[in-house]
Amino acid sequence: MQALYAQLLVGLINGSFYALLSLGLAVIFGMLNIINFAHGALYMMGAFCAYFLLNLGGINYWWALLLAPIIVGIFGMILERTLLQWLTGLDHLYGLLLTFGIALIVQGLFQNYFGSSGLPYAIPDQLRGGMNLGFMFLPIYRGWVVVFSLIVCLATWFLIERTRLGAYLRAATENPTLVRAFGVNVPRMITLTYGLGVGLAALAGVLSAPINQVRPLMGADLIIVVFAVVVIGGMGSIMGSIITGFALGVIEGLTKYFYPEASNTVVFVLMVLVLLVKPTGLTGRAA
Amino acid sequence: MKNRFIASLLLGTALSFAAGSIASAGDKTVKIGALSDQSGLYSDLGGPGSTLATQMAIEDSGLAGKGWKIDVISGDHQNKPDIGTSIARQWFDVDKVDIIVDVPNSGVALAVNNVVKEKNGVYINSGAATSDLTNAQCSPNTVHWTYDTYMLAHTTGQALVKAGGTSWFFLTADYAFGAALERDTTAVVTANGGKVIGGVKHPLNTSDFSSFLLQAQSSGAKVIGLANAGGDTTNSIKQAAEFGITKGGQKLAALLLFLTDVKSIGLDIAQGLNFTETFYWDMNDQTRAFSERFAKRMKNGAPPTMVQAGVYAGLLHYFKALEALGENPHDGVKIVEKMKSIPTEDALFGKGEIQPNGRTIHTAYLFEVKKPSESKAPWDLYKLVGSVPGDQAFTPLDKSACALLKK
Repeated sequence: MQALYAQLLVGLINGSFYALLSLGLAVIFGMLNIINFAHGALYMMGAFCAYFLLNLGGINYWWALLLAPIIVGIFGMILERTLLQWLTGLDHLYGLLLTFGIALIVQGLFQNYFGSSGLPYAIPDQLRGGMNLGFMFLPIYRGWVVVFSLIVCLATWFLIERTRLGAYLRAATENPTLVRAFGVNVPRMITLTYGLGVGLAALAGVLSAPINQVRPLMGADLIIVVFAVVVIGGMGSIMGSIITGFALGVIEGLTKYFYPEASNTVVFVLMVLVLLVKPTGLTGRAA
Repeated sequence: MKNRFIASLLLGTALSFAAGSIASAGDKTVKIGALSDQSGLYSDLGGPGSTLATQMAIEDSGLAGKGWKIDVISGDHQNKPDIGTSIARQWFDVDKVDIIVDVPNSGVALAVNNVVKEKNGVYINSGAATSDLTNAQCSPNTVHWTYDTYMLAHTTGQALVKAGGTSWFFLTADYAFGAALERDTTAVVTANGGKVIGGVKHPLNTSDFSSFLLQAQSSGAKVIGLANAGGDTTNSIKQAAEFGITKGGQKLAALLLFLTDVKSIGLDIAQGLNFTETFYWDMNDQTRAFSERFAKRMKNGAPPTMVQAGVYAGLLHYFKALEALGENPHDGVKIVEKMKSIPTEDALFGKGEIQPNGRTIHTAYLFEVKKPSESKAPWDLYKLVGSVPGDQAFTPLDKSACALLKK
């Protein structure tokens, strides 16, 4: 039983990454109607950004948490301005193919220069060590990941669903022409939204850097699972993607305990089941 | 008139020379296929570095100056046996490749082994670990050069059991390699009076090991055996440190650890780990000289791993056999027989031999990862703590299950 609690907690930690990443995807899909396959590559760039900040600029983890999302977010906004904006109004497939291509190029470039085994990034001193919870030894850093990503997720949800800015955003998705008539600069808002989604991915990358190796393919390995999470949660649903992210982390954790061989397929089995029963996802609205 | 006579005499001599050289020359063309994981989790330990090692072996053999024409092509098996075999088939059938080298990933290596045998090519495997290549699935076309799971189990594994690590829990990569390494290590553990109290099989290329590590932790085993490789091993070690596993008194057995893995984990966390390799760049003047030339040509300036060194040394030995034969007979079995008849000796692995089952035996070295304070250069990572002679490190012939030995 003790082992089970530990697995639940570990699942929650992985769920934090799923939640942060699927949230970014949901924001981008909900507002821009783009299936952002470059998300994994941008997550990886976040981790590399933290690595460079530390090793080239001597800038520590805490600043990286703030700076990496901004830097990668700006990169994302440049992508949106130069490439993605031309796809407005086209079929989803074009956005998917374009972003997938971007992901391959970015990953290929990083791999060319840094190989595949990854670079070390140490846990910040303040978060080293761990606590004995009785049923398990919880590294403080992992606890921090859960708490911090939960706060970020809820803040993002609040921003989009409960503030005036969020209302503009949602309105701009529904009817951009009308919102523009009210004097809102819709293209700029869309660019900023893409930047926000990308920033969330980069933030997840920084959080993950001390746990996993900073590797060019770290995002490619994760992004497929995250897409399954988004599909299960329902495309475009903010709260749905947060909850599904955490929930699937836990389910995956339990699978690792009861039948480890299936741990990297269980998410997809669930996805198939959900699609058969409720094709719009658990919390999704019908298109 | 006289001039004409001399001229025709010269022409005649030249012609007879030419005719003579055609008669004795035979076929001196060779095509090498370097098959590896070029972009995935094993690409740093093999990959492009193995292709470079292949080119360097060709240059250093000096065969080009003796009229040989040697070409290289490389391929990416993506850690998928079906892709590996289809590349191998295409190489033999269409590209007329004579020899396939490297092939890390035991699953792919075993699949390619069958293709090479069927096509009667030569197979020098350096990257794969499974001892099955020279046991149950041995082939007259195969030389397994660098290391194998039996060797890892009988060096690192045995040393740990003898040092008091009597109960084991395995974290095993769920494919041919992990299974072979766990099997061979389990045999050593039980033979030395220890026991295996549990294990978990994880999918290849897993990024989060916390769940598995917690299971290992709660098992109470004295040693956690990592029967995995590359990125899987580095993540396991890194996360084990995070979960306080080594501080809690359990010992990690990194059964297979490469230079690039240690570099990637960082000395902070990796220090003190014991493991075994058959080659390290900083062993002597010869290995250092080779590694320096190699690193200069690597994009990231990395010295060779033992897998890449094995590709180089294995190929040099292959060239020796070709030179002894005087031509390329394009007959894999014949060439491998010749390779087995010549003792191996090269700058990187020293002296050794290829046994009838295809296993190359040479000295295995026990290393310990240096403390950050002991490391004086970016790649100065290992401390030599002992060595095991080849005949003790590798499968003794009377224990080998290879059918070639029962003739």
